[in-house]
Amino acid sequence: MRAPSGPKTVAGDVLLAVESVSLAFGGVKAINDVSFDIRRGEIRAIIGPNGAGKTSMLNVINGFYHPQAGRITFKGNARKAMRPHAAATGGIARTFQNVALFKSMTTLDNIMAGRTLKMRRGLFWQLFRFGPALHEEIVHRKFVEEIIDFLEIQHIRHIPVGKLPYGLQKRVELGRALAMQPDLLLLDEPMAGMNLEEKEDMSRFILDVNNQYGTTIALIEHDMGVVMDLSDRVVVLDYGRKIADGTPDEIKKNRIVIDAYLGVAH
Amino acid sequence: MLYREAGQFKTSYASDQAVFPILQDRIGIVVILLAAFVAVPLLGDAFLLQAVMIPFLIYALATIGLNLLTGYTGLLSLGTGAFMGVGAYACYKLATTFPEVHVLIWILASGFVAAAIGVFFGLPSLRIKGFYLAIATLAAQFFLQWCFVRIPWLVNYNISNAIEVPTRTLAGIPVTGPTASPQTRYLITLTIVVIMTWIASNLVHGRIGRMWMAVRDMDIAAELMGIRLLPTKLLAFAISSFYCGVAGAMMVFLWYGGSEADTFNINQSFFVLSMVIIGGLGSLLGSYLGAALIFILPILLRLVPPQLGIPIHPATAEHVSFIVVGILIIFFLIAEPHGLARLWQIGKQKLRVWPYPY
Amino acid sequence: MNLLYKIFLNPFLQMAAAPDLLAQTLWEGLVAGVLYALIALGFVLIFKASGVFNFAQGIMVVFGALTLVGLYDILTRAGLSFPQAAAFLALALTLGVMFLLAFGVERLVLRPLVNQPDIILFMATFGLTYFLIGLGELVFGGNPKVMISQQLYLPRGSIDMKWFGGLVSFQKIDIAAAIIASVMVVVLSVFFSKTRIGRALRAVADSHKAALAVGISLEQIWVIVWFTSGLVALVTGIMWGARSEVSFALEVIALRALPVLILGGFTSIPGAIVGGLIIGIGEKLGEFYWGPLIGSGIESWLAYFIALVFLLFRPQGLFGEKIIERV
Repeated sequence: MRAPSGPKTVAGDVLLAVESVSLAFGGVKAINDVSFDIRRGEIRAIIGPNGAGKTSMLNVINGFYHPQAGRITFKGNARKAMRPHAAATGGIARTFQNVALFKSMTTLDNIMAGRTLKMRRGLFWQLFRFGPALHEEIVHRKFVEEIIDFLEIQHIRHIPVGKLPYGLQKRVELGRALAMQPDLLLLDEPMAGMNLEEKEDMSRFILDVNNQYGTTIALIEHDMGVVMDLSDRVVVLDYGRKIADGTPDEIKKNRIVIDAYLGVAH
Repeated sequence: MLYREAGQFKTSYASDQAVFPILQDRIGIVVILLAAFVAVPLLGDAFLLQAVMIPFLIYALATIGLNLLTGYTGLLSLGTGAFMGVGAYACYKLATTFPEVHVLIWILASGFVAAAIGVFFGLPSLRIKGFYLAIATLAAQFFLQWCFVRIPWLVNYNISNAIEVPTRTLAGIPVTGPTASPQTRYLITLTIVVIMTWIASNLVHGRIGRMWMAVRDMDIAAELMGIRLLPTKLLAFAISSFYCGVAGAMMVFLWYGGSEADTFNINQSFFVLSMVIIGGLGSLLGSYLGAALIFILPILLRLVPPQLGIPIHPATAEHVSFIVVGILIIFFLIAEPHGLARLWQIGKQKLRVWPYPY
Repeated sequence: MNLLYKIFLNPFLQMAAAPDLLAQTLWEGLVAGVLYALIALGFVLIFKASGVFNFAQGIMVVFGALTLVGLYDILTRAGLSFPQAAAFLALALTLGVMFLLAFGVERLVLRPLVNQPDIILFMATFGLTYFLIGLGELVFGGNPKVMISQQLYLPRGSIDMKWFGGLVSFQKIDIAAAIIASVMVVVLSVFFSKTRIGRALRAVADSHKAALAVGISLEQIWVIVWFTSGLVALVTGIMWGARSEVSFALEVIALRALPVLILGGFTSIPGAIVGGLIIGIGEKLGEFYWGPLIGSGIESWLAYFIALVFLLFRPQGLFGEKIIERV
C-alpha cells in the first residue's frame, strides 16, 4: 500500500466555471450567488458545514437541479440548465452520498453499465449476440477488468452489489463512474462511513485516478485531513454562500472558515 | 458429485461471459432440446401436444414478453392480453388479405404491429411511473378489447365476431386450420419459441439488458450513465409487445384455430402476470417455469383426482386452481420473491456440493 | 369541418335541446360516481395506513356482497322464517367474515411482507384477488345473484319529476346509495381527523417507524383499516348489487376505481369523492353524447383515458402530494 502522494501545483485551463449560480427550493435558498472554477487536472474540494449547499451544487453541475440564476460553463460551453444525460455525454461522471448502484446487478454488470455510452453496436447486432455484439462486450470487459484490478475488487465481481458492505459499494460506484472515462469526476462524500484503512485506500485511488488518468476531480468531503492531503484547491460554502476559495493552507488559516465550522454567529 | 464445476476454469473473457458457463448446463440444454424436438412429437399423444405442450410454449413466450417489460425493465403492465390480441387480429387480417404470402411470415409480422401499438401506449412512461403506468396499460387493455369487438373489419365482417383460421401450408403440409396435425403445429410452435427465446437471451445478456435493469433499479443513476430513459423504456415496450403479439398470433393460428371476442380480455393479462410473478421477475428460465406451473396446474387438478378415485367437477377444479394460484403468489412473494427461478438456482447450488450439505 | 362540428358543437346542442335527458344523464353519472368513489375510498384507506395498493379492493366488493347473499340463502334454507331477521343476521355474520378476512390478510400477508418494496405488496394483493375469486366461486357458485334489497329495507321504485318539459326519473335505491355514501364519507372523515384511532392511522400513514416509536401497534391499525375497507366494500357491494345484480363482472367494473384514484390522488378522501364524481359524470356524459360518434360501449375505457390525460399533465392527481425525488 503506497502512502498517498502530496498535492501538486496545477496550472491547467478552466474546465468548469460556476458563475453567480443561485438555486432555491420554494422559499429556501440552497445556493446563493456562488461563483468558482475548477481547473483541468486538479483535485478541487468543496467543503462546508452541513446544509451549506454542497450536494445541491454538485446536482446543479450534473444537471439534476436547474438553477434560477447564473450559468455553468463546461469545456467552453455556457449553459443555464442541462439534462443529466447531456452531462454524461459531455464527460461528467458522479458518485452519490447514498450509494446509487443498481442493487440487483453484479459488480461487473454495474461497472459495465458505465460503459454504455461507449458501446456502439445497435439493436440489430444485440439480437444475435454472437458476432459484433459479443466482440464489443469482450473489448469493454477488458477495460472494465482494468478498473476492477485498479480498485482491487476482483473477488466481488460476480456478487450482486446489494449484498456488499458499504465501503465496497462505494468502491464499486467509483469504478462505475471511472468506466465512463469522464473529464470531470464529481465525488459526493466518497469517504463517508469508512474506517481509517478504507479511507487510506480510497484516498490512494482518488490520487491515482488523478495522476494516471488525468481526470479532474471535484469532491465533497467532511474529513479535513483528507481534504488537506488530497486537494489542490478548496472552496468553502456556508448557508449557500461561498465564504472562502484557495489552497488548503490558505483555507486552514482563514478566520471566517474557522468561525463557520465552530458555529460562531456570522 | 454430478454437478461439479471443478476443473472448468475460464481462460478467456468470452468463456466467462457465456450464457451457460458450466458444462453440465450446456449438456442439459442440449438434452432438453433433443427431448422437445424429437421425443415429444414421437412419443406424445395428440392430447399432450394439443392441450399441454403447444399452449405451454405459447404462454411461455408471452410470459417472456411480459417479463422483459415488467421483470427486467420494471414497468408493470396489465395490458398483455390486449397486445396478444393485437398480434392475433393483425395476423388474421394479413393472412386473409394476402393469402399468397406464407403464414409464418405473417405470424412474425404481426409482432411488429403489436410492437407499434405497444410503443404508442408506452409513451406515457415518459411522465408516469409505477402503478400509474399500470393504469395506463389498463387503458390500452380495455380500449383495444373494445376495438376487437367494435371494428368489424378486423374479423372480416363476421357477424358472430369470431374468427376462424384458414388452412395454410408449409411445403405442402397443412400448418394452420382444421387439417393441420398436432405434431406439425407443435414443431412449428417449438421452433418459433426456441428461436425467440434465444434472441431474448441475447438481448438480456448484453448492453440492452443492462440498460433495462439499470432503469428498473435506479433510473436517476441510469440517466447519469448516459442511458436515455424514454428510448430505453419504449424499446422495452416494443420488444415486449412484439413477443406478446407473436404469442397471440400463435395462440389463434396454431392452438385454438380461431378466437372469439372475449379471448384477449383482462383475465389473460392477469394470467400471464401471475406466471411472471411465480416464475420469477427478471428471469427467462423463470418465465418457462411460471408458465408451466400456472398453466399445467388446472389441468392436473382436473385430471389427477379422477385417477385417484375422487370425482371432481371441471368448474370446481378451475375454482380450486384459482385459490391455489392466489396462495402460491402470496407464498412465493413471502418466501422467495424471485420465484421459481431462484428456487431452481438454489437447487443447483445444493446440487453443486451434493452429497455434502454445504 | 363537419367532424369538428360533430365533436365540439353538436353534443352540447343536444344537451341543451333536451335538458331533461341531460339531467337524467347527470344523475346517472352522479350515482355511478358515488359508487366508484366508495370503492376508491376503500383503496385510499388502505393505502393511507399501510402504503399498500390493494388490487383486491374490487373483488372484496364482490366477495362481501356474495357472502351476504349466500349466508342469507343458507339461513333461510336452515329454517329461519322471518326474512328480515335472516337478512340482518346474514349482515352481521358477513361483517364477521370481513373482519376475519382483514385479520387473515394482516397476519398472513402484510406481516410477513412488512419491509418489502411496494411492488411486492401490490403483487401480494394481486394474489389475494385470485384467491378471493376462486374462493367466492367455489363457495357461492359463479351465477349472478339477486341482492336481498327488500329484506334489508332498501327502497324500491322511483321518484319521477316533471322537469324541463320532460321526465327525470330518480331510482330510490340510487338516492339511498348517494345518501349512504355521503354519510360514510362524512363519518370516515370525522373518524380520521377527530378520534384517537384516526390520529394513529394518520401517524402510521406518515411513518411506520415513528408510529412504532410512540407505541402505536401497527398490526392493530392494519386490522382496523382492512376491516373498515372491507366494510366500505360490503356497503358498495350491497348498493351495486341492489341496482343491478351480484356477479363477478363487478370486479372488472371495480377496476374503474383506479382512474378515480389517479384523479383524486391515492391518499386523499375528498379526492376519492371528487375523482369519483368526475369520472362517473364524465363517463356517462361521454357515453351518451359522444358515444354514438365513436361506437357504443366506450364506457369500458373512457374512464381510463380521462385519467391518462390527467396523468400526463398532473401526475400526482388533483389532491395528491407532489412527488419530489431527492438524490
